[in-house]
Amino acid sequence: MAQFSVSGSRLCGVAAAVPAAKQHNADYDHISEQERSLLIKTTGIATRHIAPAGMATSDLCLHAAEKLIAALNWNKDEIDLLIFVSQSQDYFLPATSVVLQARLGLPKTTAAFDISLGCSGYVYGLSTLTSMMATGGFRKALLLAGDISSAGITPKDKSTWPLFGDAGTASAFCYDANAKTHINLQSDGKGFEAIIIPDGGLRNPVNEHTFIEEETDKGIVRHRRNLWLNGLDVFNFSIREAPPSINTCLNQAGISSDEIDFFIFHQANKLILETIRKKLKLPPEKVPYSLADYGNTSSASIPLTMATLGDAAVGNKRWVLAGFGVGLSWGTALIETQDLLCLPILEIESP
Amino acid sequence: MDTIEIFIRKLEAEIEELPSGTLQPETNYRQLPEWSSMHALILIALAETEYDVTLTGEDLRASTTVQAIYSLIASRAN
Repeated sequence: MAQFSVSGSRLCGVAAAVPAAKQHNADYDHISEQERSLLIKTTGIATRHIAPAGMATSDLCLHAAEKLIAALNWNKDEIDLLIFVSQSQDYFLPATSVVLQARLGLPKTTAAFDISLGCSGYVYGLSTLTSMMATGGFRKALLLAGDISSAGITPKDKSTWPLFGDAGTASAFCYDANAKTHINLQSDGKGFEAIIIPDGGLRNPVNEHTFIEEETDKGIVRHRRNLWLNGLDVFNFSIREAPPSINTCLNQAGISSDEIDFFIFHQANKLILETIRKKLKLPPEKVPYSLADYGNTSSASIPLTMATLGDAAVGNKRWVLAGFGVGLSWGTALIETQDLLCLPILEIESP
Repeated sequence: MDTIEIFIRKLEAEIEELPSGTLQPETNYRQLPEWSSMHALILIALAETEYDVTLTGEDLRASTTVQAIYSLIASRAN
């Protein structure tokens, strides 16, 4: 069982950056007006921010991290660890984290590496970071999570285009021997095809068939370098696995849901989130959403949603963070913060 | 477990596109012109939150009428 509790790191600030350009689902004319209004009502997604050509995930994370480092008045020489979580990295190689280490002006004493996960990636990244910091060998650490999902989707596919938005985030962690984190991680690779970009890796290299578009269902036209999403399978997976993952983490911590201030779910879509919330019998005010304005922002969705809370995060707060999706991969973290700094969302015009 | 009348009322409340009275026990709901894949998800969500019953895509394909889906949920509900 991948369940554990570690002490040694405290989340002290979060920042998020999105491209300034927006897409409004009310303008999505690939589907009928009736279908459009049902889609907006059911998914809860009205607007998404979409990156212009040439903007990479690291650009968004860089802006968020610079702003956060300045707001916390951090000395960059004290940042010993940088973890980048994404499935839309800058290059096939090298790792984007290492490129970011230099762009941020961090010292060569910084450990930097990437984690390739999406919806669950923030929880996995946080668990890796807190485990490393528990050794006492790290003073300050950055978790940079983000995705430019729009690069893999097409307006011709109604099952993906209206859902995803782009965002990059930065989370700052300080060493604190008394700060406890509880983690529960799981995976099920039998569902690897439920969310997949089939071509472009070594299993299926780009070939002459890759960019041939096919209509697989009404309103779903895509090629093999696009993101394929099996909505029904992902829906069933999410509502089946997320609630027990969260309950297990709470039990492990010996903390009841009443003692949690905020439950932050990966922002998949409103129907999924509301089903999970109702199954867990949580009041709406404890489960904030960011998806109306930003859509599903993949690995960025948890810290982005936290950042939207602003001053509501002031004081001592307990959080349950739950990520679930592509892999299939899922996990829950229970963390405690003191006066968490949540910066206003940055809008970036160009790289 | 709710009666089938209450189940239908709850389902119609979730699916505003269906005029009240559209759904009857014998209705083949998947053949309704208003029915879409999104409604299938809404039905699955209703079964989870109201009755703590998990329905799969296969369950929906195998149950053509409202009565059939209600009976399936009732057989799995505590």
